[in-house]
Amino acid sequence: MRNKLAFLDILEKTPASRRKEDPGSFEYTLPAEITSIYPLTATEKLYQIQIIDPIQRSGFSFQPGQFVMLELPGIGEAPFSISSSPVRHGDLELCIRAVGNFTNFLDRVAPGTKVGISGPFGTNFPLEKMQGNDILLIGGGLGIVPLRSPLLSVLENRSRYGRVDIMYGAKSPEELLFTYQYEEWRRFDINLGITVDRADKKWQGRTGLITELLKERISQAVSLRENTYAIVCGPPVMFHFVCKMLTEAGLPMQKMFVSLERRMHCGRGKCCRCNIGSTYTCLDGPVFDYWSVMNLKEAI
Amino acid sequence: MIFKVFKKQELARLYDLLAVNIIVGPVNRGEDRNARPLYDFDVVYDFNDLALDYTQTVHSPKRFVLPYQETLSSFALTHDGWEKHVDLNVYKPLVFFGMHACDINALNKLDLVLAQSAYPNPYYMGKRKNLFIIGLDCNPEPQCFCRSMGTDSAVHGFDLFLTDLGNKYFAEIRSATAFDLLNQLNCKEPSAKDHTLYKQMPGKKSKRYTAVVETSDLTKILDLEFESPSWDEWGEKCLSCGTCANVCPTCYCYGVDEHIDLDLKHAGKTKSLHSCNLVDFAKVAGGHNFRPTSASRLKYRYYHKHRGFVEAFEEPLCVGCGRCGAACLADITPPAVIASVRGEE
Repeated sequence: MRNKLAFLDILEKTPASRRKEDPGSFEYTLPAEITSIYPLTATEKLYQIQIIDPIQRSGFSFQPGQFVMLELPGIGEAPFSISSSPVRHGDLELCIRAVGNFTNFLDRVAPGTKVGISGPFGTNFPLEKMQGNDILLIGGGLGIVPLRSPLLSVLENRSRYGRVDIMYGAKSPEELLFTYQYEEWRRFDINLGITVDRADKKWQGRTGLITELLKERISQAVSLRENTYAIVCGPPVMFHFVCKMLTEAGLPMQKMFVSLERRMHCGRGKCCRCNIGSTYTCLDGPVFDYWSVMNLKEAI
Repeated sequence: MIFKVFKKQELARLYDLLAVNIIVGPVNRGEDRNARPLYDFDVVYDFNDLALDYTQTVHSPKRFVLPYQETLSSFALTHDGWEKHVDLNVYKPLVFFGMHACDINALNKLDLVLAQSAYPNPYYMGKRKNLFIIGLDCNPEPQCFCRSMGTDSAVHGFDLFLTDLGNKYFAEIRSATAFDLLNQLNCKEPSAKDHTLYKQMPGKKSKRYTAVVETSDLTKILDLEFESPSWDEWGEKCLSCGTCANVCPTCYCYGVDEHIDLDLKHAGKTKSLHSCNLVDFAKVAGGHNFRPTSASRLKYRYYHKHRGFVEAFEEPLCVGCGRCGAACLADITPPAVIASVRGEE
């Protein structure tokens, strides 16, 4: 049997850990539990998800802008932006709209459901670099979801940042997310501007496009200072107009960040489904600066 | 590298030495409608079943490292939770007997993205690291443009590479196992005449290449011609069937599906190879499709292979085997597509 080839077990010497280079971690999911579910609108719910093992929970650290893959055995696996503050480690909040097979199933589950979490994956908003600067957070529709994590992080360290503006637009008042937190956010000395495309009878706020909010901000006496960073997230058409306005207002491209959405099946740069050109949204994104996005064909 | 030569009849002996393992090699599968032989890679049980004079297999050997369908994990479901089991689906080493340089290079390219990048894929790595590869030189076919892609000779990624010198094989040895095997054969050091014959091989092959792809500045030209009407013309022809990705030795993208067994006690997660030409490739929940037209999908395929992969790994994700063009129902071939985008028609 001299010529019988030896079998090489690639997992032999690498115990399952969460290192990027470890082949054992590829399909490893952290056991987690949905602890509570809050309906935010008719279609969106906020899921609180806790990693069950206390050591794994405290060891789970992410940066605002990153995402996790959420798995329900037999139902599916999908990527979701983390909406909670990074100081909460493995106590995650995911805001999810019931729109596809997987999310419609999630819509029907009860607290206590066991799920699997893997990640965190992807790039993040460079909040450390942004310290000492003004911050402009611009979100449209579901775009407020990935913005909430950097926002909470900024609020927790409010004194480290200059002026903070949030501009948030939704189609109608019923579709506004996190309404219960607006007053709380305002207490941190931030400028919160909210607009809806179509008002109803009860709506007392502004009506109109988010670009109008931005136009006012840009034309204010305290104009955009050189040290402003902008984070933009929303539908592709919004990216286009908002980023154009910001560029015209003199904001350098490398100080504008966007978070992109794509279909994903792995989150690890292997399935190619999220490719833009050949840039993997899961590895090189979802957070890109505007310069990178301009260089990617068909990105926005 | 160590070189040896051995007489052709010794090859059957090499096969016998390796026969304690599972051996995969080229086999004849019948004829196409023009009475040309059709070849495929499959498990072989007899040296005489090997079609070592094969031209090109219809399918690439990728299914032995990237099965078209593969179970990633299984779940045991209980009333209050579940447990996940992962199996890499690899149990035994595999001997590949007679792989052409393009296919060896294809595996080397797959290594870059699947094994040597962040989050290495263990399902691929487990199979890849358990391959013993015997390469074999080839005669270029009309559809081959491997020389344009720089993949007409294999520099690494094999254990043994054999070049036909008439009545003997010229062997390049790249692993200790291969060296040990050849020691059990009647091998000789190559003579000065063998050296000369070996050195003449590339020149002899050159005359056979008919298909050419000009790759100079291709990454820039693809960017420059992103809005070129050529893409729409090819998109018009493309049937979005995904056959090209099916036969391609380097296409690796996939989709994942999960299912629950009827007893509600078990669930599974299955990976299936996909194609960026299929309509749902970039469609997200809610219905938005980032590449709704066949032209945009076809363009993306070229963009990924000839621009993006080059940007990431300094080489294209194409070995110039020409299988995609040969299998395409609409006669779309990479040399023609790239020439039209370059304006060389």
